[in-house]
Formats: sequence, structure tokens, C-alpha cells
Amino acid sequence: MGYSQKVIDHYENPQNVGSLDKADPMVGTGLVGAPACGDVMKLQLKINDDGIIEDAKFKTFGCGSAIASSSLVTTMVKGKSVVEAEQVSNAEIARELALPPVKIHCSVLAEDAIKAAIADYRQKRTEG
Amino acid sequence: MTTELKLPLYFDNNATTPCDPRVVDAMVPYLFEHYGNPASRAHAYGWVARDAVATARQQVASLIGAQPKEIVFTSGATESNNLALKGAARYLARKGKHIVTVSTEHKAILDSCHALEREGFEVTYLEVDSEGLISLDALRAAIRDDTTLVSVMFANNEIGVVQPIAEIGAICRENGVLFHCDGVQALAWMPIDVRAMKIDLLSMSAHKMYGPKGIGALFVRRGRPRVRVQPIIDGGGHERGMRSGTLPTHQIVGMGKAAELAAESIASGGVDKVRALRDRLWDGLRANLDELYINGSWEHRLPNNLNVSFAYVEGEAMMMGIKEIACSSGSACTSASLEPSYVLRALGVDVELAHTSIRFGLGRFNTEAEVDYAVELITRKVRFLREMSPLYEMVQEGIDLKSIQWTAH
Repeated sequence: MGYSQKVIDHYENPQNVGSLDKADPMVGTGLVGAPACGDVMKLQLKINDDGIIEDAKFKTFGCGSAIASSSLVTTMVKGKSVVEAEQVSNAEIARELALPPVKIHCSVLAEDAIKAAIADYRQKRTEG
Repeated sequence: MTTELKLPLYFDNNATTPCDPRVVDAMVPYLFEHYGNPASRAHAYGWVARDAVATARQQVASLIGAQPKEIVFTSGATESNNLALKGAARYLARKGKHIVTVSTEHKAILDSCHALEREGFEVTYLEVDSEGLISLDALRAAIRDDTTLVSVMFANNEIGVVQPIAEIGAICRENGVLFHCDGVQALAWMPIDVRAMKIDLLSMSAHKMYGPKGIGALFVRRGRPRVRVQPIIDGGGHERGMRSGTLPTHQIVGMGKAAELAAESIASGGVDKVRALRDRLWDGLRANLDELYINGSWEHRLPNNLNVSFAYVEGEAMMMGIKEIACSSGSACTSASLEPSYVLRALGVDVELAHTSIRFGLGRFNTEAEVDYAVELITRKVRFLREMSPLYEMVQEGIDLKSIQWTAH
């Protein structure tokens, strides 16, 4: 697979690998993809009372571009408001990483992961 | 001393093997001074080339226990497989139009069968068990009155699983049907005797046994009853009419030399050295890592092949991590179709595990130092990628991955 240097950099030095406490009411967890499809992303966002993303962590099972897409989105959303983070699009991720056409679905998955994490956070807030 | 290793290490000998230097040395004179056409009967240039082809034909025949007249040179095993299947099926079409093969065969066999199906032939695709082996009873049951040909590969190119060839040959002979065998993967590693194994047609390739690419051969048995194939390439009637086209003398000489060296290596224990390296790799990996799964039978396997699933680590990401080792993956992400390996699926390997499979093919020129380097690197990268894998984390937490409602995409 002919990857851009950015994909290789994120793959070799992934940013924000790890987990946050999923029981924490400030933490939203998104788990998207499926093992059978060869990609699973877990993205966790720690969101403060002002709606700002204080921390982001990921774990990904998937190819190099799936790992790079997840690593990239953690760096993109940190410090952003929830509303701003929701605006991050797969096109932006794909462009930033110069993903080859067959790997566009990895950027779609990364966008889905952000949305899923925020949805989980909002659900926790309304239930709590 | 890792500094002495030439990187990337070549652990992909089931894909192709490097040319042995002795093969190259044998070939070179036929590109320079001995450039005659072996079909030129009137002058010395032609005679020299013809003699070289005759010697090579003898060397190839000797490797498989055949007679030189039974060897037809082709452009490679894909052509040999096409010629064997289409050639024999079409020649025997008046007798019957049913063929039996196996779902894990190489694409050159499966796609030739699909082409024959479009011509009105019927094909039965035998299933394999979880080890990758066919059932001899299922084979017997599949053979019908109108069956003319059975095609089963000697050893699988992905998982290295070796089928019970002599037993299959016996069943075919008893039932009066031809037995074609794609022998490519086994040539350099296992003794093959076409007489004892009752093989009627055997496909061969030079570049899987330390010869050059672009040359192969088909063994077509002679004797009663003689095996006939209809040519798929028409022309000047070379190779007793079965394969027209000027013989590439240098390629044929290379294949002959490679066959001679393969026979020597099998007879002198060279293969055991490769097996020891393969076993050293596997033993090293499983001593360091848990949740590794061998794909295909361990007992009935080529001595140089290791196909293993590294659970929770996707194959392409793994290959990026171990780019200092040239190997292959059955992961969807490494294939053009984005589908995981059909061979692993045929064995019933979970699609999740198929995405994590890596094929290592050891060879004549690998060393213990290379294997030790590979064990260390693979161990480090698998640990790194598992630390990054949400699946590994969930399993550590005691979550059953099958209980999760995954969002398919």
C-alpha cells in the first residue's frame, strides 16, 4: 500500500493511544466498526462543563490508515468544543492524510467514532 | 549480529524464490554466444540450443520421475494449469463434461474451471476440512460416469497444506479419470514421483524452485492409455503440437538447472535445514506471544510454510510494522478485492482471524540469525499493536467479542 508520509508518521508514532475511564460521566466513548470487517475504532473524549474536549484517547484494530485516521482525530478534536468537533468531516481527515481511494472508509469510520463518542457523552448527561 | 543482515529479510518464498546463482550462471551463455533457435536444424547454433533444451528436459523429468518426452515447456504454471484443464477437458468432451476440483485451489485452476463452465462443462468443487484437507470419500462420491478429470493441488500456496496425492491418484486411476495436479509449491520441498502417485498431468513452475520467472512445464503422461490435451496456443507445432512458440532456451536451461538443484536439496537434507528454520520461527513466536493460531494442518504441510493468525492485530497494520520482513497477509486490506483470503474462509477460519493472518515462506538462503531477528521484531510489534487494539483490551477485561452488536460498515 502506498501511503503518504503522514500516515506512516501517525502509524509509527500514534498520538493519544490509550483509554479513559468509561464510567466517568465526563467521558464519552464511541466504538465503531466490526472485527469481521477488519476495522474497529474506540474513541474516548473527556468533555468539561464548558463543553470543551479536554482529552482524547483511542485504540484501533485496523490497517495503517485506520490507525492513522484515529490518531489524527484525537489531535484534531482536543481543545475544540463539542460543536466544533462534530463538524470534523471524513473529507478533512482523508485530505490531511492523503488517503488512497480504497482507504476512504477509514476516514469515514473516524468521523463516525467522533459522533458516537459525543452521542454517548450526551446520553450520559441526560440520564445523569 | 543484526547489523550484518540484509534488510528487508526475504520470508516470502511461497510467492517466489530468488534465482540460485548457479542457475543464473547456467543461463547466461544462452543469452550471449548460444543464441540459436532450438528449432533451427540446419546449423550449429540451433544444435547447441537443441542439446541444451534436451538436457534441461531430462533434468526436469528426473525431478518428478518422468520421461523427457513427457515434459511440455510453457510460460509458467498459470499456462500449465490452463493447458491441463482446458486441454484435457476439451479433448475428452465427447466422453463426458464433468470435472472435480477443490475450493482452495489456485485462481489459475478455479478461473480455468469457470471458463469451462461457460463452455457447458460442469464442475464439482470439493470442500476442505478445518485442516485444509479434502475427504477421499467425498472425492469418490463426486466422481460420476461423465467425469473425465480431477484436479487437486499438491500443496496450497497460502497455507502450505499437502493433500494425500498418492491416494487421490489411486482413486482416479481406479475410476478411469485423469488426475491433474498443480505441483508448483511442492517442487522444491517434497519428493514427487508421478508414476508412484499415479499423476497424469503435473503443472510446474521454475520460479518457485530457485529458477527464473516466465518458464514452467506441464508433465503429460505417455503410455497406455496416453494422455492427450488439445493445445490452447496454436502455431508452429512446437512441443509435439501441445504448445507452439519458440522455446526460450535460456529460461529452459535455468529451469533445468533449478530442477537438478531441487532434487539434490531434497536428497541431501537441504529441505530439513529449511524446516528447522521454519520451526525455529514458530517456536520463538509462540514462546513470546499468546493467542497465535496456525492456519491449516501442521502435520500435512510444506516444510517451509508458516501461516499464522496474530489475534487482535490486523494483517496490513502488522505488515507495516514488520516492513523489515517481506511476507504476505490474508487480510482484506492487502487484497485488491478487500475480501479476506478465500482459502482461509474455506477452512472455516473466522473472518476476524483471517484479517490477522500472515504467511511466512522460508527458503534455501535464510539463516538462523535472520529468524532470530524476525522473532524479536514480530514480538515487539505484536505487543505494540495489541496495546493499541480495542479488541485485545476487551478480551483482557473478560468481554466476549461475539456478544457485542458491531456496526457493520
